[in-house]
Amino acid sequence: MIVTAILAGLVLGGTYALIAMGLTLQYGIARIMNLAYGDMIITAAFLAFALYSGAGINPLIGLAIAAPAGFILGYAVYALMMHPLVARAKDRVSLETDSILATFGLLFVIQGVLFVIFGGNYTSYSYLNVPVTILGTNIAANRLLAFVLAVVIGGLLYLALTRTRWGTALRAVAVSPSSAALVGIDVDRQARFAFALGGALAACGGVVISMYQTFTAASGVVFTMKALIVVIMGGVGNVLGALSAGLILGLVETFVATYLDPGLTLAATYLIFLVILLWRPSGLFGRSAR
Amino acid sequence: MNAKAIAAWGIAAAVLVALAFAPSYLGPYGIGLMIGIAGYVTLATAWALFSGPTRYVSLATVAFFGIGAYTVAVLSESLPYPLVLLAAAAIGLVVALVVGLSTLRLAGVYFVIFTFGLAELIRQLVTWYEVNVTGTLGRYIFLDLGPEDIYWQLLALAAVTLLLAWWIGRSRIGLALKVIGDDEVVAAHCGIDIARVKLALFALSAVIITLVGAIQAPRWTYVEPAIVFNPTISFLTLIMALLGGANRLWGPLLGAVPLFLLFEWLSANFPNHYSIILGLLFIAIVFVLPKGVLAFTEKLWKRGRAR
Repeated sequence: MIVTAILAGLVLGGTYALIAMGLTLQYGIARIMNLAYGDMIITAAFLAFALYSGAGINPLIGLAIAAPAGFILGYAVYALMMHPLVARAKDRVSLETDSILATFGLLFVIQGVLFVIFGGNYTSYSYLNVPVTILGTNIAANRLLAFVLAVVIGGLLYLALTRTRWGTALRAVAVSPSSAALVGIDVDRQARFAFALGGALAACGGVVISMYQTFTAASGVVFTMKALIVVIMGGVGNVLGALSAGLILGLVETFVATYLDPGLTLAATYLIFLVILLWRPSGLFGRSAR
Repeated sequence: MNAKAIAAWGIAAAVLVALAFAPSYLGPYGIGLMIGIAGYVTLATAWALFSGPTRYVSLATVAFFGIGAYTVAVLSESLPYPLVLLAAAAIGLVVALVVGLSTLRLAGVYFVIFTFGLAELIRQLVTWYEVNVTGTLGRYIFLDLGPEDIYWQLLALAAVTLLLAWWIGRSRIGLALKVIGDDEVVAAHCGIDIARVKLALFALSAVIITLVGAIQAPRWTYVEPAIVFNPTISFLTLIMALLGGANRLWGPLLGAVPLFLLFEWLSANFPNHYSIILGLLFIAIVFVLPKGVLAFTEKLWKRGRAR
């Protein structure tokens, strides 16, 4: 029982870590608080569903289609919607307010479009739904695959951010946009790129989620919420923090669902959020100053 | 008080009286519309009371609205109606204090995030409680209140809210709030207790929103969490207040009336697409009229006069 719960928690936590990494890129580097993030995830989940059940395309190939599509969508959203807001913002706070409002509108647009195309029902598909035995317990192969994908994509991103020149430039913008410009980094370009990359990660997260969970057109809010909480827990802009916080959240949720009641998982998420806010608002791994 | 102010008060009182007699010359459909308008005017004004000057975007309108409505659904059988309203207001106040105390000391974005999921959290908690503890999901409200009664209550609440907003605008706390909205550092140096001012205003705004939900609840007869915690209500309130201008006394009202009528028309004619249309409209407002219609027309007016 406990091994099952831990395994399920790690699978869920891996997914949370994956989607939170995208959001931490968007918020930490591009400085856009994207409330439509979860709806981008759900869009990718529906895309994977449509490809699999409509055209019989394997979700792994679906992932290869969704990730670039998410990148392009993120790029377009930034260029069309966010860039004018960034250009007119006087300071960080007014950009935050504007981006919150604009993406809140976007949330309803995306949700409405999904609703019109796919309806409001719970959706899922059966892919690799065969048991695999690990450590004496059974786990569905699709969950295992979801975990492996989260680890691989997250690990690649982490390596790219910490080991390459390009990733260092991105992190420099996260630390201080004004100083980054002084050392010859094109902050605007990096922000656009980070936002698009966040979109690609959201798409990956969506495809991964669709492999083992049911979802509706209205599920976006919950995913945005969880990703935001993981981002705050890990410290804004901190990719490794998002990774560990995502795993913690996944484990806590699964334990609450297994030993208390599945209906209380969101309450547990909120409780963690409340504790973080009261105890370490800058995140478990963040510096003390914001 | 000079002649101009007396005239303004006289006009406001006359309009209020005329509105109070609306049920006698409007049909049932008209009263239904008026209830909706009065409700949204109150919601938008109460929202702007806190979020306008502080620029803290609260996305939790429907959380408090739903708390109010659901409290009525639960307590209407066992308590007299005025006590039910009081209980709803008290629960709204407690939730607002919990949210405010944990987030308002921090940067605004924490508040936004917390309020963003609050409605979903409360909806799931209520659902969980109803399924596991009481064993029923969904309740009936049998209260002897006609549409006129609901309308009059909402109208009174709207008038009180506008009066409060007017009074706060010219009181010390209103000035403190304006300073906080402009620059928190300056506000702190002026000796303003930032957290307390924000908390007080947020609590007041939340209690009014809770009351709107409580008063409107008998309209539904049948209530379940998915109905009263509908995120569209948060969205509409926000877009109305922004369209009119959240920093002006009459801004939310000016935004609420046309947008409510538009929403009625859209949901009757495009039931599946109205969320897309409203979302696009909302984005357009954020881009074109970031400070609202009132500020925009004032700017145009000044430019025209300067020429």
